[in-house]
Amino acid sequence: MAGLGHSRGRGKGYMSFSIEAVGIGKGENLPPSILQPTPLFPPVEHKPVPLVMGEEAEYMLALKQEFRGNMKNLPFYVRPAVSKKDVERYSDKYQNSEPSDNTIEWNPDWKRLPKELRICVKKALKENTSLSVETTVDPKPRKKTRVDKEEIIHNLETLEEEVTSDEEEGEKKKQEEEQQDGEEEYDEEEFEEETDYIMSYFDNGEEFGGDSDDNMDEAVY
Amino acid sequence: MTEEPMRGNRRSFRHLPQNSTNSDVGPPAYQRGWSANIPSCNAQLFGKINLPVSAEIRCVVALAITCVWDSEVVLRGFSRNSFHDLKGCFAKHMTAQEVRLCGLLLQEHFGEVVERIGTHLLRGGAQNLRTIANETNTPLDLVKKSLCVLVQHGACEFGSGRRGPGSPVEYRASCERVLRVLRYPRYIYTAKTLYGDTGELIVEEVLQRGHMTMSNTVKTVADRLTHNMEEGRSMEYSEVVSAFSKLVETHFLQRCPPVAEMGTAATSTTPATPSTPAAPASTSPPTAESNPDCYKLPHVTLIGRGKRRRSSDDSEEQRGGKKAKMDSESCGDEGIYWLVNFERFHQHFRDQAIISAVASKLDQTSSEIVRTMLRMSEVTTTQTAAYTQPLSANEIFRSLPPNYSISRPILDQYLSLLVDDPMEFVGKSGDSGGGMYVVNLQRALANLARATLESVVQERFGSRSARIFRLLLRKRHLEQKQVEDFAMIPAKEAKDMLYTLLSENLVQLQEIPKTPDHAPSRTFYLYTVNQLPTARLLLQHCYKTVANLIERRLFETKENKRLLEKSQRIEAILASLQASGAEPEQLTEVEEMITAPERQQLEALRHHINKLDSTENQVDETVFLLESYIFSTKTKRERGREGGEPGG
Repeated sequence: MAGLGHSRGRGKGYMSFSIEAVGIGKGENLPPSILQPTPLFPPVEHKPVPLVMGEEAEYMLALKQEFRGNMKNLPFYVRPAVSKKDVERYSDKYQNSEPSDNTIEWNPDWKRLPKELRICVKKALKENTSLSVETTVDPKPRKKTRVDKEEIIHNLETLEEEVTSDEEEGEKKKQEEEQQDGEEEYDEEEFEEETDYIMSYFDNGEEFGGDSDDNMDEAVY
Repeated sequence: MTEEPMRGNRRSFRHLPQNSTNSDVGPPAYQRGWSANIPSCNAQLFGKINLPVSAEIRCVVALAITCVWDSEVVLRGFSRNSFHDLKGCFAKHMTAQEVRLCGLLLQEHFGEVVERIGTHLLRGGAQNLRTIANETNTPLDLVKKSLCVLVQHGACEFGSGRRGPGSPVEYRASCERVLRVLRYPRYIYTAKTLYGDTGELIVEEVLQRGHMTMSNTVKTVADRLTHNMEEGRSMEYSEVVSAFSKLVETHFLQRCPPVAEMGTAATSTTPATPSTPAAPASTSPPTAESNPDCYKLPHVTLIGRGKRRRSSDDSEEQRGGKKAKMDSESCGDEGIYWLVNFERFHQHFRDQAIISAVASKLDQTSSEIVRTMLRMSEVTTTQTAAYTQPLSANEIFRSLPPNYSISRPILDQYLSLLVDDPMEFVGKSGDSGGGMYVVNLQRALANLARATLESVVQERFGSRSARIFRLLLRKRHLEQKQVEDFAMIPAKEAKDMLYTLLSENLVQLQEIPKTPDHAPSRTFYLYTVNQLPTARLLLQHCYKTVANLIERRLFETKENKRLLEKSQRIEAILASLQASGAEPEQLTEVEEMITAPERQQLEALRHHINKLDSTENQVDETVFLLESYIFSTKTKRERGREGGEPGG
């Protein structure tokens, strides 16, 4: 054992074992030592076997690509909210179609998930409105009287609407919210009747002026 | 500077590329073998590790330092809390390649946010919500969303923290489950071959959503099928229900395991609160199989037809959709979710592989016999069984498909041929009932894996290297001289090939000292191939390959993003023009907005992407074979361990 430690520094070409044992003859030309990393794309001596073609392979390929495409459109594809850099507009309240951080676009079975993961469920868009279905939120339990539950929830939701529509621009911080038991479902027709405007007639004026480029010399009144 | 032969200690760098920069060519003198004969070469432990010059190897070394045996990364150990004692898919060992591949798959299917959270969980083990949010610098809400998505798809599980029921919930991701995403097309295609278009759509929907209720699935699939049918026809729910039931009966779909009630996290739980979990904290989380109702269909009557979606009837459909939603709430199978049983599909693939191997090695009739035997033992064979239950020749004869009318003596001849075949697909376990035969599942898998290894060596290094490889597989340990003689290859070339294989770690060197001082002149150096570690090595190569393919595809897409967007816009314009009935001249005018060289470029791009995608599918077939083989040996070792230790 001790003998092996002495083999250092004796000069180039000295090895601790007899080279005949490994099969290198005396005086044989050894390939030069390589002093650089192996190339990134080494030349391939044997070409790979061609891919299996055929109906089955093509069908599976189509399946794969379709699946990938479909997944991008499903609500499971989580996109972070992009903060709008424009001026806040009135139409945002009725036209917000971008995903926001604190709402989830599909409705998981909350009983199968730990309580701390619950966030608001955003209903699918109908025309140009966006609604929030209030579900419970905070991990901190708070005892609340059940009396007048409907009214309180209704008021809070209206208030919340205004608050969330204002805050949707900037970064979202975690919000302290009251814990409420049970789900509330906003009736869509009722909400629609509350506004003074018929949604389908709403025109935010962005298309105005796009067609009349030909007659720029005339004043527009 | 004198170059020394590389010394290593027990955790030596034998898995590194041995493209030696030393002046002495050939295997370093202290190369260790994979087999656990860390021999009495303790002398080497005292040697200094002299690193070769190349920078590439230095980086690999840096990686190797974080690796333990077999280049697997061991994550932090877990406490005795049973949530962390999960076996199976929440294995604690994940390699860097696997994590990289999982990250890419998550990114493609769920977006970058989920990818970030997922890879963080995979690398770091079980963590709670706050830790994840802090360490990934992601807003809490996005973390919550991502975790919901991951749990929905079964890629993540949650359990009470390691400090007991009071500590925050911990989440743990499963690498193996994420890697299944690669195989989705194969599952869907198999469902199609077995149960037609309806089965295909059912499996596709369930895979897309993670898990679904039966009523939801039936409605969605009926709608999709109706959409593809001609005008006026629609799909009955009952047909979809029957396809669904068939899938459940044959175990391709199973119920989601019931979720253990999570107690309230954080604040103090008074003894009076009824919501504290009773048993679940101490027992391991239930798997799907542990539920006795796992394959029981819910008693739901679904009557109706699929709805055809029309773009003009948006408002009507919304109202109809709302009505349907209210219907689903009263369907009666709330809370019963179904997911795809991957293990059953894997069993099917394994059977297919065995049958096709028999068909190509022997003939069609033998493969039919083996297919019959496998079909008969579908329900009686457990997933980890080494061989099927014994079947008598009489039974096999009765169960043969009617269009294969072979006589009884011929069947016996075929069976004896199968038994005598060196691949050992079928074994004879007794003589009663005309002969009792079993299908040797484990041996078949081992042979298939071996064939894969041999094929890889042949394609990469040539048929003569493959000859040497096969020789070493069969003869276990051979000296250099013996290799030359048996393989009938001249010494110089044999040497060259051996060293190439050695540098790729497909062949290992085993030292047998004659004298206690391990003098090299008095030591046998034997070449050997160990099938299991080599299979593991190739599996990691496969993962790396698939990850590279995905990256290349993303790169190609990104490079041509502008062109792709342009072509999509043109297609959209064309579609809208056609829908509004435009003149052919207008159509050609729009089509000409893409120039001919751009069209060529697009065509080439599509061709490349298709090729890359197709290659991923095919590499996955190899991955499946190797994974099955490695898994089957793991159960064999566990069984051996259990049998060896008295009292467990």
